[in-house]
Amino acid sequence: MNDMKTETGPAYSGYVLTWLVLLGLTAATVLVYHLHLGSAGAAAALAIASLKAGLILLFFMHLLREGPFLRAIFLLPVLLTGVIIGLTFLDVWYR
Amino acid sequence: MSRGQDTAGSRIGMWLFLFTEILLFGGLFMLYSVFRSKYAVEFHRAAEDLSRTAGTINTLVLLTSSLSMALAVAAIRRGKKNGSLIFQGLTILLGCVFLVIKYMEWSAKIGQGIYPDSPALLGLSHGEILFYGLYFVMTGLHGLHVVIGLWALIFMLASTLRGTISGARFVRLENSGLYWHFVDTVWVYLFPLFYLIT
Amino acid sequence: MPEQPDFYTTTGNKSGLWSWIFSTDHKRIGVLYLFSLLVFFSIGAAFGLLMRLELIAPGKTIVEAATYNAFFTLHGVIMIFLFIIPGIPVSLGNFFLPLQIGAGDLAFPRINLLSWWLYMAGGLMALMSLFLGSGPPDTGWTFYAPYSIRTGTNVTMAVSAAFVLGFSSILTGLNFVTTIHRMRAPGMTWFRMPLFVWSLYATAWVQILATPILGITLLLVVTERLFGVGFFDPAKGGDPILYQHLFWIYSHPAVYIMVLPAMGVITEIIPVFSRRTIFGYKAIAFSSMAIASVGYFVWGHHMFTSGMSDTSRAVFSFLTFIVAIPSGVKVFNWVASLYKGSIRVDAPLLFSLSFIFLFSLGGLTGLIMGSLATNVHIHGTHFIVAHFHYVMFGGAGFAFIAGLHYWFPKMTGRMYSERRAKTGWAFLFTGFQLLYFPLFILGWQGMPRRYYDYLPDFHPLNAASTVGSWILAAGLIIIFFNLLRSIRNGGQAGPNPWGGTTLEWRTSSPPPAENFEVAPVVTEGPYAYHHKKDRIL
Repeated sequence: MNDMKTETGPAYSGYVLTWLVLLGLTAATVLVYHLHLGSAGAAAALAIASLKAGLILLFFMHLLREGPFLRAIFLLPVLLTGVIIGLTFLDVWYR
Repeated sequence: MSRGQDTAGSRIGMWLFLFTEILLFGGLFMLYSVFRSKYAVEFHRAAEDLSRTAGTINTLVLLTSSLSMALAVAAIRRGKKNGSLIFQGLTILLGCVFLVIKYMEWSAKIGQGIYPDSPALLGLSHGEILFYGLYFVMTGLHGLHVVIGLWALIFMLASTLRGTISGARFVRLENSGLYWHFVDTVWVYLFPLFYLIT
Repeated sequence: MPEQPDFYTTTGNKSGLWSWIFSTDHKRIGVLYLFSLLVFFSIGAAFGLLMRLELIAPGKTIVEAATYNAFFTLHGVIMIFLFIIPGIPVSLGNFFLPLQIGAGDLAFPRINLLSWWLYMAGGLMALMSLFLGSGPPDTGWTFYAPYSIRTGTNVTMAVSAAFVLGFSSILTGLNFVTTIHRMRAPGMTWFRMPLFVWSLYATAWVQILATPILGITLLLVVTERLFGVGFFDPAKGGDPILYQHLFWIYSHPAVYIMVLPAMGVITEIIPVFSRRTIFGYKAIAFSSMAIASVGYFVWGHHMFTSGMSDTSRAVFSFLTFIVAIPSGVKVFNWVASLYKGSIRVDAPLLFSLSFIFLFSLGGLTGLIMGSLATNVHIHGTHFIVAHFHYVMFGGAGFAFIAGLHYWFPKMTGRMYSERRAKTGWAFLFTGFQLLYFPLFILGWQGMPRRYYDYLPDFHPLNAASTVGSWILAAGLIIIFFNLLRSIRNGGQAGPNPWGGTTLEWRTSSPPPAENFEVAPVVTEGPYAYHHKKDRIL
């Protein structure tokens, strides 16, 4: 775990930059919607959302600066949600 | 044995709590994906009736509130109490704006007679009933989280004013920030899942 | 050891009851939980005895069918959510986790206290659901939709109770994980931790990562009852099987919340009473983690007859068999640890050996349940009732009692009567077999669970089972009477009556409020008996 007490943390400008990228991605996802891509559009929307979530996690929530334990373990609940949905679909698709 | 404040430990505790929140919403995302795969066409039709403008504005509002939250923590860490207070206040204000817009959206729908178990809704197709069911439950649970986050932030604002949160002790504000960013992240997914279905 | 006042006399600025219910000392909270558990266990056991009494003869014996439905619902809700899920972690875990890793307390003492308050609130809500609203809940502890949404009984209250209890469980879990990561004594590396701590660690992860799913499921039941959203209602396009998925996504891993700490207790006791280091330390530690993770992917085996797809039935059946591997690893390691040991069969070991026997029976019948074909034959019969009582009571229950006897001297500073403990064991073990073994046979012959009546053919075995329930109850009374009486009347135990090597035995009994006079430094693994030959019991 980084000892965050000794340093002042990231510069303000880094946060503002992250925010600008997030706004850009929001514009992008609305744009993709208007292209009416069908199921590819749904995949694109999810990909953009995950990109945005990743930015928030890494920069706003400082996951990038946390120790290896939190960074690795964070994947656990995310993967688990995926597995739960996946195993349920084994039922839903083949019923 | 004396125990100082273990800030890294406190943050681990907060992250673990956020893990539970991910899975809480995870159950709903599971229902969403099952129903959307079953009723793709109806979901698309129903989503057309939501206000994309309101949804987009709310996305921008929450993202901006996340920025001001991050800045509030950055300011207190540099010992800038007044700057942090301003950013905390801004975050609270934006959170309230989000809730007001959400309230107007909900009341518009309810005004049209669209709410769970309403006669008008039951007259629609199965897919649309479930779409609106998910819409109200998921945005409702998210809204509840926004309200809880706002209360936490008001509490933090008071603590900062009193000086119990300061440049030397800010882990509580940091943890409230983590919570707020998490609530924002959930909305990042809810927005395309309800407003942008093609 | 220079005498420091023990934690019972260190009350802080509060007194009497207040020094307990507002204490943030993990030891006081552990004792507080222990007595709360005992109260709820007694209530749950009373419902169980009443059910067995109703089943002593065919037809109506003491209650109507609807009352019987309320009995099995409340028996299940209380035993599962109020006794066996919190069970070992909140009582023995709370007390001994910090002691075993050489810490002064848990990472979040106030959250620990909050979790007890939530536990009590949930418990009271569960009991209130009996008397408030339009009658006690009659759905069974699983609250299956659509019945739980349609029934007029007070399901909302019972479900909210389980939700609050889930929150309490989550707080315990995140407290334990943070504590284990941040507060180990100097030198206490991961592979020098006692295996009880490993089992609590695995359990805590399951509490964190599974309980929220129960939370959302129960919230949805309440939403459905209040607003009629329709997720589980086919008339509105919903799907009741999705309820079962959500419910078991939590409730199967919850089985490991119940049994993993029990395995941890057994792993502590066996080396101490056979004077040998544990066989396969890492294998046991990793098998705890393996059980915790594989346990997530097998929930579907509760739903083989629900109408879900054949593909998922086959996959879930296959995955279920994988759980048997780490469980088997543990059983073999326990037996191997005993081999060539200098065994002394005191009460803790006696209960532990019973655990291994009963848990193996429960586990092996679990494989019968897990096979798709046999499951269809015995699904929803008394076979499953026998199976999970062997695992839950024969497993977790016996381990809890074993742990209580093992750590009783440390918690109270007193020794119980060994003779009474063994008498109690004899009654408990005999009663247990007579109560539950006939249910395997009855289930195999086709007697369904959850009915207050049965065919006359099933009468003899049911009568035997009911008699067994009385013997078992007598055993429980002897055991708890012995322990409660010894709190005041038992002889002095001294700091280390068993010659244990883990850190909790290095402090006085009962421990001082700060746990250790001098912060311990760890230089070796937890069960180093190889160079302690000079120490005798």
